[in-house]
Amino acid sequence: MSLTTAHSVVAPSANSKRIAGVIIVAYALISIVPLLWIFATSFKTPPDSIAYPPKIVFQPSIEGYCNLFTTRTRQTPEYINSLGPATGFCDETVRKRNMVIAGPSNFLPRFVNSLIIAFGSTFCAVFLGTLSAYGFSRFKVPLADDLLFFILSTRFMPPIAVAIPIYLMYRELGLSDTALGMILLYTAVNVSLAVWLLKGFIDEIPREYEEAAMIDGYTRLQAFWRTVLPQATTGIAATAIFCLIFAWNEYAFAALLTSGTAQTAPPFIPTIIGEGGQDWPAVAAGTTIFLVPILVFTILLRKQLLRGITFGAVRK
Amino acid sequence: MLNRTADNVARATPEPLAKKIRGISDKGLAWLFISPTILLLLAINIFPLFWAIYLSFTNYRANRPNEVVKNLGFANYQRILGDQDIWIAMQTTAHFVFWTILLQTVIGFTLAWLIDRKFRGHAFWTTIILVPMMLSPAVVGNFWRFLYEPQIGLFSYVISFVTGIPPTNVQMLSNVELAPWSIIIVDTWMWTPYVMLICLAGLRSIPEYIYEAAEVDRASNWRQFWSITLPMALPFIMLAVLFRGIENFKMFDMVNLLTGGGPGSTTEVASITLKRQAFESWRTGYSSAFAIILFVAVFGLANIYVKALNKVKQR
Repeated sequence: MSLTTAHSVVAPSANSKRIAGVIIVAYALISIVPLLWIFATSFKTPPDSIAYPPKIVFQPSIEGYCNLFTTRTRQTPEYINSLGPATGFCDETVRKRNMVIAGPSNFLPRFVNSLIIAFGSTFCAVFLGTLSAYGFSRFKVPLADDLLFFILSTRFMPPIAVAIPIYLMYRELGLSDTALGMILLYTAVNVSLAVWLLKGFIDEIPREYEEAAMIDGYTRLQAFWRTVLPQATTGIAATAIFCLIFAWNEYAFAALLTSGTAQTAPPFIPTIIGEGGQDWPAVAAGTTIFLVPILVFTILLRKQLLRGITFGAVRK
Repeated sequence: MLNRTADNVARATPEPLAKKIRGISDKGLAWLFISPTILLLLAINIFPLFWAIYLSFTNYRANRPNEVVKNLGFANYQRILGDQDIWIAMQTTAHFVFWTILLQTVIGFTLAWLIDRKFRGHAFWTTIILVPMMLSPAVVGNFWRFLYEPQIGLFSYVISFVTGIPPTNVQMLSNVELAPWSIIIVDTWMWTPYVMLICLAGLRSIPEYIYEAAEVDRASNWRQFWSITLPMALPFIMLAVLFRGIENFKMFDMVNLLTGGGPGSTTEVASITLKRQAFESWRTGYSSAFAIILFVAVFGLANIYVKALNKVKQR
């Protein structure tokens, strides 16, 4: 009954607040269970991870992380005994399962690819986006609305539909499976978000600052550099983080257009297998490492989230 | 104030000098700033689009680049519109889009409406709720395969614990009836926060004085909800539905990793069909035609929807 107290002259009653609070906290807790489970699984041993019933209390182990970063081969116990003493925790754990470390896995290079491609494309998209946003914000551009809609409309295309001709084009240009090709593609996808978001941020900076600077003898370019850019840093930072998250999370293009040297982490993580199927602790370990930067960014961004996810259509 | 000063200075300065002060003319600068973006989009988006349009009229196969390409006219389009599998894929997509949007809107709006009560700690819990939507659908979707595993998966275990169904029988991903719902559940888990956040902005945009006036008129809480809260938040709800609708129409990554379109083709949404045709059967011309049809469909629907949205906004 008290739940239906929408707004009123008085604030919502204490009772209705309490009920709302309980429901929201319950939802929040349930909705992060899968994430906590990823984290917990990454510290389980493979047998613990597939135990029935699922284990909530377990002896933590970093075997998943060992398996994530290494490739292993099965050996006879005699062979393993003939080796010298184990050279570290991972070595020891692996030997207990009658295996030896054969070398590093592909996770680290894939993770580095993700970093290079995400940061490279974010830099390009924010750079181009800032210039265009300033152009659209301050000058009378003919057909501005149409151009802005054109920029946005490139986002309506299903990624697989775009991937077909891109695949052919990159094959011709020798850009298949290269970091440069992926950076170009992600820049093109992200620049639409960057232009729309940054236009909103730059629109909010009063023109008077630049005009004052120009009266002081600055050229338009200098005024842009010395007055607009410093004022827009928050907006640029928020936009950059959104671009970074998109490029970091992207899967469809990466899965279709990269296969080896330029492959990023999202298409790689599902392919982590151990003996007899998916090595879930290793997958969970890779997923945890992959998700941590996003968690940090989400907390940093929480005030700008709304703007980012609606292309600047909704501001507070 | 400053504006006027600027005008005065502009008038006082002789023309050539004014130009020198400003360096490049504003018009030149505007194009200098905008053209790199436009050129990039022309190269990476528009040129490939036209290439795809060209390919859609041919029998080109990307795995046989040396074969002679034949012009087929509209044959690919005709075949797609008569292809039973394509229509089934469109139905699967429609089912997926309908249920995810319905669930996300109802749950998302309810959550926003509760958070708007501003109980103690609401900001912290809102941030917690928002986390799933920021994560990679592919990487997290992949992990849901583990949660859905019969017996050892946490989700299946909880379901069998609650319902009493034997744990080996909870086969979310391999059961023909359940598989479409397993992708709907993950999508709803991920994107309800998105709808919630936009709805929350809508609820917060309603000025307090409207409720005060309603209170003076002794409108019931129920009445206030239906004639103030809901209609005033409606443009925001519709915006959320628009964004989610487009995104889910294009849905690929999560479904590809969770079910890959299976079992059989029960979860084969349009993007999965497209991928199978283009990158597994290598029917490049045919799949290009399908891609164009999908693009036109999204574009058309989005346009109609935006017009409706503007109408609601004007009211």
